[in-house]
Amino acid sequence: MEWETVIGLEIHAQLRTKSKIFSGAATEYGAEPNTQACAVDLAFPGVLPVLNEEVVRMAIKFGLGVSAEISPKSVFARKNYFYPDLPKGYQISQFELPIVGKGHIEVQLEDGTFKRINITRAHLEEDAGKSLHEDFHGLSGIDLNRAGTPLLEIVSEPDMRSAKEAVAYLKAIHSLVRYLEICDGNMQEGSFRCDANVSVRRKSDSKLGTRCELKNINSFRYVERAINYEVERQISVIEAGGTISQETRLYDPDKNETRTMRSKEEANDYRYFPDPDLLPLVVTNSMILAVQDDMPELPGQKRERFMTQYALTAYDADLLVTSRALAMYFETVVKESKAQPKLTANWIMGDLSGALNKANLDITESPVATTQLAKLLQRIEDNTISGKIAKTVFEAMWNNEGDVDEIIDKQGLKQVTDSGAIESLVAKIIADNPEQVADYRSGKDKLFGFFVGQAMKASGGKLNPQQLNQLLKEKLAG
Amino acid sequence: MSLTATDVKKIAHLARLNMSENDVAAYAEQLSKIMQFVEQMNETDTTGIEPIAHSFDISQRMRPDEVTETDQRAAFQAIAPQVEAGLYLVPQVIEG
Amino acid sequence: MVYKTIAELSQDLANKKISSVELTQQFLDRIERFDKSLNSFITVTADQALAEAKNADAQRAKGEAGPLTGIPFAQKDIFCTQGVKTSCGSKMLDNYISPYDATVVKQFKKAGTVLLGKTNMDEFAMGSSNETSYYGPVKNPWNLETVAGGSSGGSAAAVAAYLTPAATGTDTGGSIRQPASLCGISGLKPTYGRVSRYGMIAYASSLDQGGPMARTAEDIALLMNTMAGFDTNDSTSIDYPVPDYTSTLNDSMKGLRIGLPKEFFGAGLEKGVEEAIQAAIKEYEKLGATIHEISLPHSALSIPAYYVIAPAECSSNLARYDGVRFGHRCKEPKDLEDLYKRSRSEGFGPEVTRRIMIGTYALSAGYYDAYYLKAQKIRGLIREDFSNAFDNVDVIMGPTSPTPAFKIGAKTDDPISMYLSDIYTIAVNLAGLPGMSIPAGFVSDLPVGLQLIGDIFQEPRLLNIAHSYQKVTDWHTRIPKGF
Repeated sequence: MEWETVIGLEIHAQLRTKSKIFSGAATEYGAEPNTQACAVDLAFPGVLPVLNEEVVRMAIKFGLGVSAEISPKSVFARKNYFYPDLPKGYQISQFELPIVGKGHIEVQLEDGTFKRINITRAHLEEDAGKSLHEDFHGLSGIDLNRAGTPLLEIVSEPDMRSAKEAVAYLKAIHSLVRYLEICDGNMQEGSFRCDANVSVRRKSDSKLGTRCELKNINSFRYVERAINYEVERQISVIEAGGTISQETRLYDPDKNETRTMRSKEEANDYRYFPDPDLLPLVVTNSMILAVQDDMPELPGQKRERFMTQYALTAYDADLLVTSRALAMYFETVVKESKAQPKLTANWIMGDLSGALNKANLDITESPVATTQLAKLLQRIEDNTISGKIAKTVFEAMWNNEGDVDEIIDKQGLKQVTDSGAIESLVAKIIADNPEQVADYRSGKDKLFGFFVGQAMKASGGKLNPQQLNQLLKEKLAG
Repeated sequence: MSLTATDVKKIAHLARLNMSENDVAAYAEQLSKIMQFVEQMNETDTTGIEPIAHSFDISQRMRPDEVTETDQRAAFQAIAPQVEAGLYLVPQVIEG
Repeated sequence: MVYKTIAELSQDLANKKISSVELTQQFLDRIERFDKSLNSFITVTADQALAEAKNADAQRAKGEAGPLTGIPFAQKDIFCTQGVKTSCGSKMLDNYISPYDATVVKQFKKAGTVLLGKTNMDEFAMGSSNETSYYGPVKNPWNLETVAGGSSGGSAAAVAAYLTPAATGTDTGGSIRQPASLCGISGLKPTYGRVSRYGMIAYASSLDQGGPMARTAEDIALLMNTMAGFDTNDSTSIDYPVPDYTSTLNDSMKGLRIGLPKEFFGAGLEKGVEEAIQAAIKEYEKLGATIHEISLPHSALSIPAYYVIAPAECSSNLARYDGVRFGHRCKEPKDLEDLYKRSRSEGFGPEVTRRIMIGTYALSAGYYDAYYLKAQKIRGLIREDFSNAFDNVDVIMGPTSPTPAFKIGAKTDDPISMYLSDIYTIAVNLAGLPGMSIPAGFVSDLPVGLQLIGDIFQEPRLLNIAHSYQKVTDWHTRIPKGF
């Protein structure tokens, strides 16, 4: 039996504002418990919410980023339920009229092809606090610092057909919100979270299967694993003659399994209604235009441009546009060095990224500044050093041993381009290795590399490779 | 609309209110009466009438994104029923 | 001295005929002496009042006094007052000391008034007789066996008995106007959004509006000069210029077009009340006003619509009382659900519980359209009724309440009959309009109130109309026997 998986994601992105969505309390992560929960966040009697304009701007920005309709009028509603991390007994959210309507995003799949994932809506809401389960004599502790932090909930259509597609979509949204600088994307701190609606159906079925909502899948890896586990589970239930019941399931990363959290019957009756403390949110054209003026180039657009402007492959362009800072680093280096973009891309994606990963640093924290890398590339292109020696120079730059030219000078790494000097070295090697020369001449072409190696070794790697190759070929030919 | 005992229990649970069996019967009767009274509204045709949540058609005002609140935890928690280490304490929360 | 209006007391303070400390002491003495029988105060802040009075006198000595500096005053116990118990008439908040001041409280502090205490009220402002208060019913000074009205019954009774020159009230469906009417004082419910709701404990947010209660329209104008205004902490507060409400008090009544809605004079209106109202209308005719019969065709639906909208909002507004951060918490909860259910059931009285139940039901899955959405549409129709009426008249007049004060206990077993006592006031809240009640005579020795309803932001006109009547009548100067 052929099965098809159907997945839709609900992504919660914390918006990067200074203050909360409805109060003037700070949103900074990691403060002492309840020190960033003001009277409004704590729902003291008599307090009232006032909307933060920045969250509206950010929501519009996201809407424009996914080519969505921005609702001229949206409404805040109350979602009513009791939970200790929800001080008012309701969450202010948007229900019937969200600020961002239908949109879409192009997502690149593993095989390099693109797939459009449709976005149903994105709406503004407030985050809840946290329950800490360490033991307080059998009680739980409640920290409400996070209560009232602005969230944008991004709801997709059930357009994804595999866990891999879901991850690709999640990554695309993750990259987008960081590009737009509306969310820091930190999944560990919970500022970017995801729930997945998963169902399976036989390929021949036109109707969707019963779905389960997976909660608590807060890393790209877990998303893939949780969905895969859930798909297997659902298929085996159906194949064993059972049926899937609609429910919310919790993913346990330690056991790599999902388990029932609550069934549909237990589902809350949220009694949504328009929040009488807040008036309809009107977004005017001039607000949209102002945000538009402020829009950065988006990953997809940048990728296209990189491919045409710099003649990069799709693969390189994709890697470079994953973050706005990385793309900017690349463009700055190209501009400053006037080096070949391909060479620049190779260096950034290769040595630099490798070193950054190893040191667990972000591109913005790179010890090698764009001007330094640009100079290094210049020195490769003007034949001062070879690509191989450049790696040595890079390492020294990384360790902060000084300027590119200084390092080359001090360590005597300058490439030998004087053909006389190369010639005499080649002559010496040929004289020193008569056996190999004989073998080579009798047809063992592979030995050419041996002579290159010997020459490089003798010169400390400083010979110009092209010149060396040419001379060696001539001399060995006898 | 007549409310049954089951309805009353369901609503009481949604609103997190305790209700004894005696209360349930009394509330079923009383709420049924009130809802019947309220249903006078149905005698008026409201087709095409725009529902209004506020008296005036004005839009939401916004505030600048500024931190204006300072830490007042000590004052706020002075009136809390049970706190420890800056946290509000409640019976164990079971994740759900 | 205590029988004077704020306008008069303000003069006396300015002319050094009396100090604020002396005046405050006189009112504190009266509270001490009379409030045992009235029960109009939940908290008397005597020490604080005297300290504030001393400050006010010092301020006056420095020549920095405003019109309200040193005037004793009371706040309904729904306005959060920093460091003072703010109970909202509920056991739920019996132990609640507010950590912050409501905007209205701040405004009056800034104006230099002296807070005598916090007045009794129906629990969470839900009631029309002040009998739902956890602190017991307030007695009507005109007849201690009758109710003072509600929910601002404590404020009304305290003003009527001259225990304070004025007090604040809040009005969600008539809670300023009805007790003002039943106690024979003046009370104004301003246009929704005119007075800040920040720190005013919410009952039904889209209807709640704070306002002043005093003996005369002139005093109310003085209080409005302090109370009205835009507040950035309240999203529903309206940024509209605040006039000097005293400056138009004496405008002429000539050509004033008074609308009398036929729906306000039908079955259910007590004969004596109707006669008093008709007599008051005659006075206006004498002053040069013209009378026009009008219709508010959907006014009968205001109570059904209100008893969906207000409970729906309250069911959500009162969810924050969960025993976790403040307020009543049950003893030894065995689990989270037990904490919620027992804390709430122990903390809320029967009427509050009833309204939470109604509201939860009306919003629950499957019923939303039939109740809540329908009520919102009716609200639209009611607003339209008023808007049509104000095309042709300047003010709408009628009775505030169909009957004078009723006996304590008379309606407690029949919620619907209690709800009907707000039949003439509720539509005004649904439309967000300003409304006033002023004393207009007596029936069986109990006061009758005349209701004035104006168009949006027409408070100055309402006060002018009320003041014109008070210049030619003396109902507002009567003193209940024994006080």
